Amino acid sequence: MHRTGALYGQFETLEQQKETASLGMWIFLVTEVMFFGGIMLAYTINRHTSFHAFAMGSNTLSLPLGGFNTVVLLASSFTMAMAVWSSQTGKKRLIPIFLTLTILLGFVFFGVKYVEYAQKFHNHLIPGKNFDIRYCVNNPSKCEDIQPDDLAKERAEIAEAFEADPDLNAHAQLYYSAYFGMTGLHALHMVIGAGLLFWLLRNSMRGMYTPEWNTPVDLVGLYWHFVDIVWIYLFPLLYLIDRHK
Amino acid sequence: MAVAAEISGRVRRRKEHTRAVQSPLPFFPEQASSFAGSVDTLFLFVLLTCLFFAVLVSALAMFAAFKFRRTSPAQVGSTLEGNLILEVGWTVIPLMIALVMFAWGAVVYVNFRIAPKDTLDIYVVGKQWMWKLQQPNGKREINELHIPVNRDIKLILGSEDVIHDFYVPAFRVKMDVVPGRYNTMWFRPTRVGKYHFFCSQYCGTNHAAMGGEVTVMDPAEYAAWLSDESGNMNPVSAGAQLFTQLACVTCHLSDGTGRAPSLNGVYSGRVLLADGTSVTADDAYIRESILQPKAKIVAGYQPVMPTFQGLVTEEQIMNLTAYIKSLQSQPVPAKGAGIAPAATGKK
Amino acid sequence: MSTASRTGTAPALKLPEKHYLNSEYGLRSWLLTTDHKRIALLYLASVTFFFFIGGFFAMMIRLHLLTPSGYLLSADTYNRMFTMHGVTMVFFFLIPSIPTILGNFLIPLMVGAKDLAFPKINLLSWYIYIVGGAFTLYSMVTGGLDTGWTFYTPLSTVYSNSAVAPAVLGVFITGFSSILTGLNFLVTIHTMRAPGMTWFRLPLFVWAHYATSVVMILGTPVIAITLGLAAMERVFGLGFFNPAMGGDPILFQHLFWFYSHPAVYIMILPAMGVISELIPTFARKKLFGYHFVAGSSIAIAVIGFVVWAHHMFLTGQSTYAAIAFSFLTFLVAIPSAIKTFNWTATLFGGSISFDTPMLYAFGFLGLFLVGGLTGLFLGCLGIDMHVHDTYFVVAHFHYIMVGGAVMGYLGGLHFWWPKMTGRMYPEWLARIAAFILFVGFNLTFFPQFVLGYLGMPRRYHAYPPEFQVYNVMSTAGASILAVGYLLPMAYLTWAAFYGKIAGENPWPATGLEWKTPSPPPTENFEVTPVVTWEPYDFHNRPDLGLDVPSHTGVMPVPAHGHD
Repeated sequence: MHRTGALYGQFETLEQQKETASLGMWIFLVTEVMFFGGIMLAYTINRHTSFHAFAMGSNTLSLPLGGFNTVVLLASSFTMAMAVWSSQTGKKRLIPIFLTLTILLGFVFFGVKYVEYAQKFHNHLIPGKNFDIRYCVNNPSKCEDIQPDDLAKERAEIAEAFEADPDLNAHAQLYYSAYFGMTGLHALHMVIGAGLLFWLLRNSMRGMYTPEWNTPVDLVGLYWHFVDIVWIYLFPLLYLIDRHK
Repeated sequence: MAVAAEISGRVRRRKEHTRAVQSPLPFFPEQASSFAGSVDTLFLFVLLTCLFFAVLVSALAMFAAFKFRRTSPAQVGSTLEGNLILEVGWTVIPLMIALVMFAWGAVVYVNFRIAPKDTLDIYVVGKQWMWKLQQPNGKREINELHIPVNRDIKLILGSEDVIHDFYVPAFRVKMDVVPGRYNTMWFRPTRVGKYHFFCSQYCGTNHAAMGGEVTVMDPAEYAAWLSDESGNMNPVSAGAQLFTQLACVTCHLSDGTGRAPSLNGVYSGRVLLADGTSVTADDAYIRESILQPKAKIVAGYQPVMPTFQGLVTEEQIMNLTAYIKSLQSQPVPAKGAGIAPAATGKK
Repeated sequence: MSTASRTGTAPALKLPEKHYLNSEYGLRSWLLTTDHKRIALLYLASVTFFFFIGGFFAMMIRLHLLTPSGYLLSADTYNRMFTMHGVTMVFFFLIPSIPTILGNFLIPLMVGAKDLAFPKINLLSWYIYIVGGAFTLYSMVTGGLDTGWTFYTPLSTVYSNSAVAPAVLGVFITGFSSILTGLNFLVTIHTMRAPGMTWFRLPLFVWAHYATSVVMILGTPVIAITLGLAAMERVFGLGFFNPAMGGDPILFQHLFWFYSHPAVYIMILPAMGVISELIPTFARKKLFGYHFVAGSSIAIAVIGFVVWAHHMFLTGQSTYAAIAFSFLTFLVAIPSAIKTFNWTATLFGGSISFDTPMLYAFGFLGLFLVGGLTGLFLGCLGIDMHVHDTYFVVAHFHYIMVGGAVMGYLGGLHFWWPKMTGRMYPEWLARIAAFILFVGFNLTFFPQFVLGYLGMPRRYHAYPPEFQVYNVMSTAGASILAVGYLLPMAYLTWAAFYGKIAGENPWPATGLEWKTPSPPPTENFEVTPVVTWEPYDFHNRPDLGLDVPSHTGVMPVPAHGHD
């Protein structure tokens, strides 16, 4: 099919093309909702049946880091929206600036995620042979994130949880499987989003996006906002529910 | 009185060896439980209703195909394109019929799912690829279930590994056996006889071999069977029977093609083990192989034999050993034998 | 343009000079094409390939089951045969066949567009299908797969000794092909209809694919994540579905069937769409109750999403849940019944011919009737407690999938073969093949209903001897069925090169796809059509050259624009 300027050959008008592309992206996002929905459902059901283990799991996540990441992503959605606005209003010079900011914020998110994952690895919280939910409580010197005065409280909490659920270690592994599964999937989507943003950045620096034709910016924006919304669900599900005071 | 007792005794004996009375309809299994009649009746209702509509629609289609066949190459059909009354009609009427089928089916099913209070409870454990069943007094069976007639029986089902299903076609009942939870099912057998039961949820290699027989007995005979310890058989025959009952024969094929070595000629022979050593297959070795099969693995075989710890009494182990001893004189297969090859020192 | 067969005096037909098949030559022009028609043929080749593989496994199953104690294959090998038969046929034949071959080819033509909304994504879909297929084939040759196509845990994730991970990965990948195809269809049908092509002027084939696409995009992502979790469980030892680690095997079943039940509607709705084209065409009459049939397609798609746990009536779950799902299962049967009645009613007052596509339509009517009605038995709780997981189920779904979906597929292939290739298939040979197929099919699968009620469980490599006679009947039927499949493969291939030239509209039929040459040019239409007629309206189509009684003529409605 031949292309005349911005118009692809299968379309009659630019308007039809834009409407088609937009509908396509929305339907794609619906499929993503179903995709994440499946694993969120599995998590939610297991949260209910292995209540104690999952509460313990949530408590090992860092609220400050998670909260910071949430703010970072919300900010990146703002800068992305600004990029779209710039392309719609013809402010060509601003588009690459906002795209770059979005990419930078995305990388900040990755950085924090790396810190969190590294901490899990260090604390024997990766599902597998070495998994041990009691590792930090039993070896406080090896785990930096436990304050000495909290240690006694943590010990008591874990003991209580084990009494309520003798299989706590196995069930806690389920929590971490879900944690890595969901955040990993989310991070993968962000990596793809970052790739798309780089592509947009390159094209915007060549001045390709105009008020008449800015569909790619628009659609990547939709995708980026969706990835942000997934995090807005993940954060409370993983970090906030059942935290101890 | 004596004559009556004699006659009833004969009738009882005859029933023990026959299958239950066939259902009067062809293509149906025997009706041997309290559910069978209601399930079959429901089935017939649905069958006849569906048959009616199938014949109706087919006849209409064939009639139309004949009556409205094209008579000239350029002929077209009429402009008939719809009729609201027909649409409503053939939506509402099937819906009503469907709801009747649903409701009737739900009633039968609920009856099945809610067990009565006073049941004879049997514990059933399914594992790849056998069934272990335990009577209320602790007596255990493998791949067999003996129960009294006209009593409410409840099975409590557990799995040691994957999902199985306990299915008795003659009773019209089945229930999945799911690892990590107990499922229960109940039924009341109504006819004395022997009936197949099958594993009815695919569970791996020998799914099709994982079945056995339910023997429904008169209450007096059941009581007698329950308190009976072992038969008055000579050890070798008892052992041979056990060898089949415990499903040893499914793996230890005598021609050496099974997943376990042939036991022909094994007794007092030299067995080559996986770690390179060899042992003499004496009574102790046989006993250990039955109770702790993973202790010594024969070279060239996988450690898949399940343990029979807790499933066989010492007496039964002795009977099995006597039987295996009797296999000394049987022909040893060239490949797949339990004993080491003669004297060449080659592995 | 009327054809020689009708008037007997028209000049000899010729193929158009330039069309989509000869517009470009060379392997690259095929492997890098974005033309929906060429992509449809790429799918035709690969789907047929997988059909042969699935058919081979079926042959092994039926041959082995001739005797009660399994003379041909070991238990492990048999278990691999039925598993791989299921996986191949479901994911690589039934789900793609009609949508990717007929749907891809026809939807742009039927709505009056030059191509689908996203031609490059269409090609990507095909490559994803090939990659997914490659992974699954790899699994088949390196250890096989013996978990059943349903992959129940913990058998598949912990206990099976077969190549589960690559197979699951293959199906996971192929799911994305399905999702992208559905997405493409949905968007195309929404935004690319020609002027005058309003929703209720769309052919029912398009409505059926719209409904199918809704199911594809909502359901497939769920099986993707489910199989993804199962693969991770197998490879990394996670425990979501493993009770030994606190997980729940029933959770797997819920997630699996949440897709796999709607998947069966992905398999049957397109075939129903084909039938809705064939019957009006060969009865030369409008489809009776067009709006009801269109609405039924949507209803089936929607209600189909809330019946999944009827596969789980005997797992020990809540009785209340079972009752709810049984009720909904009976509800989902109603729209199918409505369609069946409307198809039958269309025949009344028609002018019916018995060309091969119509024979397949009649075959579909009869066999779908049996298959659909036996679904009622299974949805009925009091009967399912006896026949669940027996050959009754196997017979039921083969009646729908082979008797229904495959009949629709073959009928559609024959019907549109002249459009796709420009040439006709040999009519009498095709009719004989259809008849052989019908006979062979019934002999294969009807005895299985009996086997099921007698109590023979499914997925059994050996069975009690009293079941042998029905198994032998079934195998005999299968050998006849095989002939019924091989014949069309052979003569359709032959006809594509040497068949009689068909012309633009040999039947004639009323769809927009028949108003362009056979085979069509790459851009489908020289000029964008403007639609002013109702679907299947033989009375207002003077261009078809048929004898229309003038006093029933109605003036065509002028176009109102896009919607």
